[in-house]
Amino acid sequence: MRHLLTPRAILLASALAIAPAAWAETPADTLVVAHTIDDIISLDPAQSFEFSGNDVNQNTYDRLVDFDPMDMEAGFKPSLAESWEVSEDGMSITFRMREGVKFHSGNPVRAEDAAWSLQRAVQLNLTPAFILTQFGFTADNVEDKITFDDTSLTLHLDKPYAPSFVLNCLTANVASVVDKETVMANAGDDLGNTWLSNNAAGSGPYTLTAWRPNEAVQLAAFEEYWQGAPTMKRVIVRNVQESSAQRLLLEQGDIDVARNLSPTDVDSIASVEGVKIQDEPRGRILYMGLNQKDPVLSNPAVIEAMKHLVDYDGIAGSFLKGMFVPHQSFLPSGYLGALDDNPWTYDVEKAKKLIDDAGMSGKTIVTKVRDLREYTDVAQALQASMAQAGLTLEIQQMTGAQVLDAYRAREVPVFIGEWGPDYSDPNTNAATFAFNPDNSDEAKATGLLAWRNAYAVPQAMNEATLAATLEQDAEKRAQMYIDIQKQYQAEAPIVPLFQRIEPTGLRENVQNWNSGRSVASVMYRQVTKGE
Amino acid sequence: MPDTDGGAAAPPPDHRAAARRRRVRSIGGTLLSLVLTMLGLLLVTFIIGRVMPIDPVLKVVGDRATQAQYDAAYQAMGLDQPLYVQFARYLGDVLTCDFGRSISTGQPVVNDILRVFPATFELATLGTLIGVFVGVPLGVVAAARRGGIVDQVARVVALVGYSMPIFWLGLMGLLLFYGILGWVGGPGRQGIIYDGMVPTVTGLILVDSLIAGDWAAFKDAFSHIILPASLLGYYSLAYISRMTRSFMLEQLSAEYITTARVKGLSERAVIWRHAFRNISIPLVTVIALSFGSLLEGSVLTEIIFSWPGLGQYITKALLSGDMSAVLGGTVVIGTCFVALNLLSDILYRFLDPRSK
Amino acid sequence: MNAARRNWLLSDAPQTRRQARLGALYQGWLTFRANKLAMFGLIVLIVLIAMAALAPWLSPQSPFAQDLANRLQPPSAAHWLGTDHLGRDILSRLIHGSRITLFIVGTVALIAPVIGLFIGTVAGFAGGWVDQVLMRITDIFLAFPKLILALAFVAALGASITNAVLALALTAWPPYARLARAETLTIRNADYIAAARLQGAGPLRLLVRHIWPLCVSSLIVRVALDMAGIILSAAGLGFLGLGAQPPMPEWGAMISDGRTYILDFWWVAAMPGIAIFIVSMAFNLLGDGLRDVLDPKGAKS
Repeated sequence: MRHLLTPRAILLASALAIAPAAWAETPADTLVVAHTIDDIISLDPAQSFEFSGNDVNQNTYDRLVDFDPMDMEAGFKPSLAESWEVSEDGMSITFRMREGVKFHSGNPVRAEDAAWSLQRAVQLNLTPAFILTQFGFTADNVEDKITFDDTSLTLHLDKPYAPSFVLNCLTANVASVVDKETVMANAGDDLGNTWLSNNAAGSGPYTLTAWRPNEAVQLAAFEEYWQGAPTMKRVIVRNVQESSAQRLLLEQGDIDVARNLSPTDVDSIASVEGVKIQDEPRGRILYMGLNQKDPVLSNPAVIEAMKHLVDYDGIAGSFLKGMFVPHQSFLPSGYLGALDDNPWTYDVEKAKKLIDDAGMSGKTIVTKVRDLREYTDVAQALQASMAQAGLTLEIQQMTGAQVLDAYRAREVPVFIGEWGPDYSDPNTNAATFAFNPDNSDEAKATGLLAWRNAYAVPQAMNEATLAATLEQDAEKRAQMYIDIQKQYQAEAPIVPLFQRIEPTGLRENVQNWNSGRSVASVMYRQVTKGE
Repeated sequence: MPDTDGGAAAPPPDHRAAARRRRVRSIGGTLLSLVLTMLGLLLVTFIIGRVMPIDPVLKVVGDRATQAQYDAAYQAMGLDQPLYVQFARYLGDVLTCDFGRSISTGQPVVNDILRVFPATFELATLGTLIGVFVGVPLGVVAAARRGGIVDQVARVVALVGYSMPIFWLGLMGLLLFYGILGWVGGPGRQGIIYDGMVPTVTGLILVDSLIAGDWAAFKDAFSHIILPASLLGYYSLAYISRMTRSFMLEQLSAEYITTARVKGLSERAVIWRHAFRNISIPLVTVIALSFGSLLEGSVLTEIIFSWPGLGQYITKALLSGDMSAVLGGTVVIGTCFVALNLLSDILYRFLDPRSK
Repeated sequence: MNAARRNWLLSDAPQTRRQARLGALYQGWLTFRANKLAMFGLIVLIVLIAMAALAPWLSPQSPFAQDLANRLQPPSAAHWLGTDHLGRDILSRLIHGSRITLFIVGTVALIAPVIGLFIGTVAGFAGGWVDQVLMRITDIFLAFPKLILALAFVAALGASITNAVLALALTAWPPYARLARAETLTIRNADYIAAARLQGAGPLRLLVRHIWPLCVSSLIVRVALDMAGIILSAAGLGFLGLGAQPPMPEWGAMISDGRTYILDFWWVAAMPGIAIFIVSMAFNLLGDGLRDVLDPKGAKS
């Protein structure tokens, strides 16, 4: 291959002549991040529901309540709302607005803006609206149900929900407080949806300088931020797809943060000088859904056997190393009521016996798997252990959109994929894993994982899930979720396997990085770059 | 891949005016067939968009949508209309340069294309330039000294170029020249800290940075483009050098060359002034076609180098069922291809000495 | 080979049609054999075919056997080419993968030229509006971005090796159609075609008996030269995850798998890359050699 270099060497020599000799570090007041951000469709908080869109909005907007990036364990804290009060009957919550906070435009943040932002999200009724509408708000009644005066805002609920449930939902991006005057000045007849898709009108620590889809997002520090101007004056997030490319960039010092490193890249980069890895548990659960319409998979012995055919430790110790840890319950650690028991072990012999006894040996299952590295690898590992136990798994790789289509049509026999919580309350997962009041095809409850897998959730569990949203005492509420998960582990055909760990590659000097843990999105305002 | 079309045989001697008239008419015919080709292109793309088993509505409303949200979006996108109505509406929009709104970026497709096309264009242009400036001399020398060392080298270079998986070579090149040696800039069109520093005029960063007089940004952009462009250039070099060589051999064996040699012209003059001048027209066709295939064919290169170009844009759109974007991108590539064909056709007709 | 048979084959005055035909073949073989590079290509391909045929006996291990404890091992005595990210033996996967590669190339090389031959000759022979319509269709497919068309096709029918092959064939035929049409145009008005027509041969007979055989040799040359491109396109589809499905050891998909590990475990992507390189190189060399034999006009230039 030496001759290959001849023409190229000439070209490169010419490149050398004018290329800078050494790659400079990134500027001290600029944070440069490599991430896959090609999922952003809109930056309107009433519409954005993608990870990367939320990453932007988390920093350009404030909410009534927010997480403190330096103290995530404390849970939600007062933000634009200074304090709140729950009525005697639990049917309404009144928020007292913080004084003297300004939007990026210079307009003051008023209770009216906060009320309008929530009303607007309900009226637009786009994807994330369900986070608010589950409290009984509709486009017709929302102006009566969300009221405000000069200094406060009141939510009138349709049931006495647990306050922690309501407040956790208000930390979601859909509840961001938007600058009403600025938006109305630019809005057409769509409540500013088109304009806000490409612009930001918030009060958050950063302003949006530019967003070029599939390429980059640029943020600039908001100097008059009410909690103090952020240290990093400029944040640039560049779309870089390949882990190897992100790693090269980080090693060369062209970026400060690499957010999509593969496990092997994490492994080897850990020993590179000037680079460090920070692990954070995230909320996503990698699970295996066994479709109950399938004659083989609906056999209880097969369900039990499948739980023993996943090499939990082997997988988490090899190709998912540093990305996932075994986690066999549907609430991620870090959530209220999370259960950290892992009752199942990898045991091919036991599984084989179960399958033989049930007379299911020799059956074939054809399934569809999204063409994402982690999923196809898990599927192939499962395929290999199923073969040992006497079952054949045929895998068809497809794009995410195709698998999702089939999944919503209840046509994926063995689903392998992730579920990410929509908001920071346990109900977000309980209501989809352990709630399915009508399992018929006609119900078209396409949003529920239980329905997609044709799992007829027992009536008692449906009721328990609903009851948990109304429990006012936080400790009792946590216990209710633990009980539901224990029952779920015993019988459900949807098997949580792993919880996501996000390793972030950082240059040594980057301090206080926070990807949002399991409950929120990335936050930049506390980040500093030391020497 | 270019083809020699047997239909373009030399016309019999005829009256000059008649010949010109026919030429004009045949160009009119070419234009008409161009329009038909474009229409067909649109129709095929449209049909592909409709038979794709990817639900575009889902992409708009998201995974958690309720049935009511889904139905509303379905109607808003006009998917409840009969197919021919949808196609007619689409045609009307295309004629007014409105390709609709992309559902994977939320932007008008025209804006998206104006952003991504220059990236691809810049890469393909530089790649073709490399291919031409290395490939043509290589081909000429290989033909002039047939069987000599340069000929052998050219042959091997071309062979390797035809046989190497581009994505593999790209990965290895990135690893070696950026990761290990640090000679070139990494993935992407420019260093991230330069992002957005140069005002966009043409969308070609090399040109824009020169317009802005920002020498540092130019150096940075150049160090990023040189590796992927060399990669594409290598492929077009393999093809161009091979074609140049075979054109030259054909000319060098012609009678007039022998005559010129007998007359005592220097070998250099024979090759460059006579033979090379005569191959310049078919060579233009070859270069145009190679340029066209680089414009469409750099998807894998774009993915490996995180190059935000048209190929990546269309691929991603296709995989997420974003048919407005796919249709828009296809129309742009198809138009380029057809325009390049037309250009080389016209050049051929008007410049070819045989048709005079 | 004994001298008598050799003389018989090389006779200037063949006695029978069979002798003439065999003689021509033998002449071609002699020309071909003189081309060392082409012979090298042929040998590589014979080895490849043998490898594919004997894959189960040749490969040291099962191409699917996973061993997570021994993943990403460098080349060693136990694993000559190392192991991949699931601990599978790369050599065994390459050997079994040769079957897939041959299947893809073989099928595309059968389908695309046949479609092209049919459309091209019909267009060239019929002329008039049939020609116009068929050539416009060809133009549309030519103007369509190839990888996009293949992607769309695979996305529409679902990712599988068969669909990938169909998609490649669908995108590969237009150049053949153009070539066949050009050939037909030059043959169409030849004297012997007119003679056959006078003898009462119908258009179908003319096409099948007289035109097709004459177009075939230039198509074969073209196919041989295109094979490498087909392998690379198939690998490209595999690289994008739209070709062979796991755990099938398709070479392009193997590179795609390996690229995640390219910085630390180069062999996982490099081995299939080298395999693709060698095979497509062999096809190119073979194509060059065949062109010398079958298309002396092209070989001269």
